[in-house]
Amino acid sequence: MKRGPSPFNIASVVLGLAFLYAPIVILVVYSFNASRLVTVWGGFSTRWYVALFQDAQMLDAVWVTLRVGVLSATLATVLGTLAAVALVRGGFRGRTALAGGVYATLVMPEVILGLSLLLLFVAAGLPRGFWTVTLSHSTLTLAYATVVVQARLATFDRNLEEAAQDLGCPPWKAFALVTLPGIAPAVAAAWMLAFTLSLDDLVIASFTSGPGATTLPMRLYSQVRLGVDPKINAVSTLLIGLVATGVIAVYLTQQRRRGRGGPGK
Amino acid sequence: MKGGKSGLAAILPFLWLALFFAFPFLLVAKLSFSDTALAMPPYAPRIDWSQGLAGLQAFFAALDGETYARLTRDRLYLDAYLSSLRIAATGTGLLLLIGYPLAYGISRCPPAVRQALVMAVILPFWTSFLIRIYAWIAILKPAGILNAALGALGLPPVDILNTETAVLLGLVYAYLPFMVLPLYAVLEKQDESLIEAAQDLGATPLQAFWRVTFPLSLPGAAAGALLCFIPMAGEFVIPDLLGGSETLMLGRVIWTEFFANRDWPAASAVAIVLLATLVVPILLFEREQGKVLR
Repeated sequence: MKRGPSPFNIASVVLGLAFLYAPIVILVVYSFNASRLVTVWGGFSTRWYVALFQDAQMLDAVWVTLRVGVLSATLATVLGTLAAVALVRGGFRGRTALAGGVYATLVMPEVILGLSLLLLFVAAGLPRGFWTVTLSHSTLTLAYATVVVQARLATFDRNLEEAAQDLGCPPWKAFALVTLPGIAPAVAAAWMLAFTLSLDDLVIASFTSGPGATTLPMRLYSQVRLGVDPKINAVSTLLIGLVATGVIAVYLTQQRRRGRGGPGK
Repeated sequence: MKGGKSGLAAILPFLWLALFFAFPFLLVAKLSFSDTALAMPPYAPRIDWSQGLAGLQAFFAALDGETYARLTRDRLYLDAYLSSLRIAATGTGLLLLIGYPLAYGISRCPPAVRQALVMAVILPFWTSFLIRIYAWIAILKPAGILNAALGALGLPPVDILNTETAVLLGLVYAYLPFMVLPLYAVLEKQDESLIEAAQDLGATPLQAFWRVTFPLSLPGAAAGALLCFIPMAGEFVIPDLLGGSETLMLGRVIWTEFFANRDWPAASAVAIVLLATLVVPILLFEREQGKVLR
């Protein structure tokens, strides 16, 4: 790049990022506020974290959410990787339909997805609960997983896999031993994204969940409606910390590989 | 996996989407022609399979457009429809205004910095959406942080929580990464020598931007606009938490009909109307995405 950023460019970037991060910073800072009031700084305190870990309902919701997240993200990543392979390489009939389904899921308002999935479960006579939320989240996040893996697969050198096949490797094995390790960072990123989206979803979970399967966003939502509760700041800070650590770890691993000129280039 | 066999990989995801994505829309459509009933699930008619074909015929005979007629009689639905589209369109416009300079600024930075900045734009998206919107309540409420800051500067307080302004603010905030990323993708790929050529031919930097950079970035702007507009038109959480009772949007109407009024046919009919409105933008979005793939 020959021309550097102008002062206007720098100002736009700084202001844009400040806008994105200010609320998050405020949330984290106030999770350590001794005072219940949001505008009063009552000194540093971890009392909301203590209160959080004594809130059995909240902890229960965290546990449900994590289980739904892990299961649905895994399902979505497997299905999404398959879909990505098919979309990038396939010249099969129905390719347009598959791509159409994936992109439509991506932008579909969640209320519509939630309502339609609920009607499916009611029509099938499935009791609503843990499994219906998990299946619904897999459906939502499958599209995101597909897009992430697809982007990586599109630039992956296919000759390597073909070379393996020429040397007598069966196609599925060539894929598993050559291509899959190469696109592993993207598959990991797809899983993380699917997991985060599942962790985050209120609308679809509200429609498709049942008794005993209240997720964290559902619990948070009912708390938020009742008014500001500093415990929410505490649980949010923990979630932000968890996700940020994961994302940054994946990013740094990829950077290091890139630096070494490894397969993740 | 040679060409023909990769079709095999499509089977599972294909069946999954057919069962959990496409088929349920038929159920929503069917339900929108049903009536409410005091039963669980709260709608009628239901197919009576014990009657065989006659049961099926009776079922189809009992479907009618009454729910849609009900929607047109109540002003509330029309208002919600129009304000959903207005708010989503305004939000998309604001996102373009704010997202463009940000994406452009990032694309002008040195490559190493660019990477980190893109990461910084994506990172908030990984943190809970609900929580980020919740943070805005603490900022915007009458005794909140914004008014404390304004007071410290000697400015009069503002009361924007529970207004459309707050909803727009929340939408712009939540969807900004979705606007910036497609814009950045096209701006980053742009050939620097085009700008140099324009300037060699006597264009000022501003002219070069307007005549070269901007037109070439329009596909990215279109992708970003669609990626934001479509889900925003059906958004529920943001109008619900920041909009108060006065902001009507279709996502909220569907939610209320379903959860509060237990009127499943009305919720379905509103969903069908919203879906019908979004079909064209969704198809446009798919065409744009298809181009990116090739």
